[in-house]
Amino acid sequence: MIFAVDIFEPYGYQFFQNGLVVATIAGALCGLLGVFVILRGMSYIGHGLSHAVFGGAAASAVLRVNYFLGAGFWGLISGLLIARVARRRVIGADAAIGVVTTASFALGLALMNRYGQASKSIEAVLFGSVLGVKVEDIYAVAFVALLGLAVVVLGYRKLLFSTFDRDVAQVSNVRVSLVEGVLLVMISLTILVTMRVIGTLLISALLVIPAASARMTTNSFSRLLFVSPLIGSVTCFVGMNLSYHLDTSASATIILLDAIVFVVVYAVAGTRNRMKMASLGHL
Amino acid sequence: MRLFILSDLDSPLIVCEHVSCTYGNAPVVEDVYLKINRGEFLGIVGPSGSGKTTLLKAIIGSQPVAHGSIETKPDLTIGYVPQVETVDWYFPVTVEEVIVMTRSKTKLWPRITSKERRDVRAVLEKLGIADVASRHIRELSGGQQQRVFLARAMFCEPDILILDEPTSGVDVRTRHEILHLLADLHDDGLTILLTTHDLNGLAAHLPRVVCFKKTVIADGSPREVLTPQVLETTYGAPMDVLEHGGMPLVVDHGRVAMRGEGK
Repeated sequence: MIFAVDIFEPYGYQFFQNGLVVATIAGALCGLLGVFVILRGMSYIGHGLSHAVFGGAAASAVLRVNYFLGAGFWGLISGLLIARVARRRVIGADAAIGVVTTASFALGLALMNRYGQASKSIEAVLFGSVLGVKVEDIYAVAFVALLGLAVVVLGYRKLLFSTFDRDVAQVSNVRVSLVEGVLLVMISLTILVTMRVIGTLLISALLVIPAASARMTTNSFSRLLFVSPLIGSVTCFVGMNLSYHLDTSASATIILLDAIVFVVVYAVAGTRNRMKMASLGHL
Repeated sequence: MRLFILSDLDSPLIVCEHVSCTYGNAPVVEDVYLKINRGEFLGIVGPSGSGKTTLLKAIIGSQPVAHGSIETKPDLTIGYVPQVETVDWYFPVTVEEVIVMTRSKTKLWPRITSKERRDVRAVLEKLGIADVASRHIRELSGGQQQRVFLARAMFCEPDILILDEPTSGVDVRTRHEILHLLADLHDDGLTILLTTHDLNGLAAHLPRVVCFKKTVIADGSPREVLTPQVLETTYGAPMDVLEHGGMPLVVDHGRVAMRGEGK
């Protein structure tokens, strides 16, 4: 009985309920888009953009501008700058991301130092904060999650085609640049709305680990799109609860949980492959 | 499958005029003239780095043309088969998913319909791999892999089939299979354009061969085109052309000399 009371204790707090809802939806959303992130080798873009948006978040906190407007605008500018710099082929997209996003991150840090009074909410952006979750965050995450779901369902074949085989998709009259643009916008929106809970530093992990774990469980693209959000949302839900009881950071707990899932799946998948090979050896 | 109308036979599907393409400032394709008529079966041969893949990409529209023009028949549908080496075989898709993804235009709901399933089955049967539909692409043999991508190209009922190095990285038996398969498709009325560096195994069997090095060196039947002179210009190395079973057989000078020394 005491055990049961302990488990449900955090549910007495409104902030925890809000945080839990946001984290669970965010986990599903990141898991869904993470499939495209890992298959397209975009994990560095997710990592970079989340750092770039930090600059925007800091600036909007200092300037007392609405976070979504400020950080969103900043993210957009960073994305365009990356595309612009990457067009110089000698530099390369990965270096372009490195230049633009670290500069944006540094600017955010400098603003934080200079105008210390805003540092509290900036820290929340950096590490994520369950306490900071407002009702508008729930609406924002839910909206982006529905949008993401609609994009993936309605654009399923175009997304799959241009991810698997860009050149041929283009020949087959798929507007590949448009598809890629939509995907990038979705990832940016995801970063924007989940950052206050998960935190800039760890969000890139959530865009990669659940999808990577799911990838080892199936060879079917459509099944991957189910399994990855499932892993993402379950680890977020459990991680949020654990973080309350263990008194650890919510973001750190969630990512560690995801890492554990990854290690377990990795080990199981490895053993299964070895067994498959061994049984083939008997033939 | 599409029925071809005979009166259409001599209308050009693709006309390249004075086509040049560049990478940075370096020209890789220069002043190319090439006309492809309906019902033709032609191969572009040339050494690696000769720009034949670039020309192919220009024709399919994924490589910008710096000068000149490429005109295609209005509403030309191209079935493109990429090089097997460029495919990500670890990508999580089944054969059925690979083929069906080409029909993305008007579909809102992604689920594969039973009609599509029947169409997939029909095209796989035509290519002799009816039983692989539900398999992951990595679980296929080299010949099956090539056929799956051929099936995908055929699925949109193209006017022309374009293949980039269809026999690179496959064994002799698979090469034979692919060649026969393409010949059958051509007999059914399909127009086929391919690139290859395989002179004897593939090019010599085609009705029309284009020797290519930055530009068209020679264009005609294998007998007309595969001559020591043309080949030396194309490959930059002396080659002999023998006759074997009524077909030209290209022999590398270096190889003959080495064998001679060995004896």
